[in-house]
Amino acid sequence: MASHFSYAVTIFLMIAGLFIVISRGNLIKKLVGLGIFQTSVYLLYIAPGKLIGGTAPIVSEAFDVYSNPLPHVLILTAIVVGVATLALGLALVVRIREAYGSIEEDEILTKDHEDSIADQR
Amino acid sequence: MKSYLVLRVVAKVFLPFILIFALYVQFHGDFGPGGGFQAGVIIAAAVVFYALIYGLANARRVVPERLVEAMMAAGVLVYAGVGLIGLLLGGNFLDYFVLDRDPVHGQHRGIFWVEVGVAITVSGVMLKIFYMFADRGRIDE
Amino acid sequence: MAVAVVVLARVRNLFSVIVLAGLYSFLMATVLVALDAVDVAMTEASVGAGISTVLLLGALHLCRSEEAKPAHKPWLPLVVSAACGLLLVYGSLGLPAFSDPGAPIHTHVVPRYLQDGPNETGVPNVVTAVLASYRGYDTLGETTVVFTAGAGVVALLRRRRPRKEQSK
Repeated sequence: MASHFSYAVTIFLMIAGLFIVISRGNLIKKLVGLGIFQTSVYLLYIAPGKLIGGTAPIVSEAFDVYSNPLPHVLILTAIVVGVATLALGLALVVRIREAYGSIEEDEILTKDHEDSIADQR
Repeated sequence: MKSYLVLRVVAKVFLPFILIFALYVQFHGDFGPGGGFQAGVIIAAAVVFYALIYGLANARRVVPERLVEAMMAAGVLVYAGVGLIGLLLGGNFLDYFVLDRDPVHGQHRGIFWVEVGVAITVSGVMLKIFYMFADRGRIDE
Repeated sequence: MAVAVVVLARVRNLFSVIVLAGLYSFLMATVLVALDAVDVAMTEASVGAGISTVLLLGALHLCRSEEAKPAHKPWLPLVVSAACGLLLVYGSLGLPAFSDPGAPIHTHVVPRYLQDGPNETGVPNVVTAVLASYRGYDTLGETTVVFTAGAGVVALLRRRRPRKEQSK
């Protein structure tokens, strides 16, 4: 299985990110877990593009085997979009903190439930 | 007091190099790793560094909010503008080879301006987000 | 990186979480350089370890809390994650082996980009050529996404009235 080692690493990171997102209640930690998930996806795309003995995809006369440039392009876009998502998520977390007073998921849900019961009366 | 002085002097020495490195990454993106995104982020990081050492008010004086907001939109407009110029000069949207007599030089020009647009937008947005986050905390206190 | 991630999942102090996230980003950038993805590594290092850390610290300063103790043991998420992991491992067995030159991604479109890219665009860095010229439309979309994110943050965090007059 040494040939598929890169996939094993990717999958471990993906599962770790997923676990952090679904099991931890703190909103900032969830966002960090989402970031970990995203970086594991970058690895998923770039690892198959690497050719052992190749070099970075900048064409010059000294080399003739290059790593695949196409995943690099896609992942560049993905990284920037990821940070945009993170920024928007953090802005939402700040607003939630100001509205509810906490960034723990359980406390927010309880408070929401109480507020909706109070509104119904 | 002494440690603050060291920070300020070191920051003053480093900042020009950071900015030059950002410009190098931007314009050398054709021949080595780099390009618009990295350069934009490095410029934003340089201004954030300045704001950390010298205070947010000073940073706001050097890079005012209006400029940052204008930069956010200007980059996208530059990019779309390159595309529209391609349209006006006879090709399709975002065609570069009509921008000059020689198609290869046209590509050069197109790629140059497009990367500049990307760098402007990215640095503007990162800086604006930093200003917004820093601002919120200040008025709270 | 695995160690960083596991510690990150268990630690409750949010400042440590953010520092570990920055560490993880740097390690990821190093791995990317080892995989010959130099543009991506530079972007990941500057964006992931730089700007992300700054934004997270800013948000933490505004939120000022620590993670609460989890109410129940995370058995169900562990089982779900493990099940997903096993499914993914089973799926990845069908994928091509590491560094296989005959894999489809190396033979479909890329040889044309690598050969004709520098000649048609005059730019040796194939990644920049593809990003700005061959797939320039995607980059326009990405720039718009970045702009939209900035506009969204402005819309969310803008202040119109002084804080003390708002009642929450």
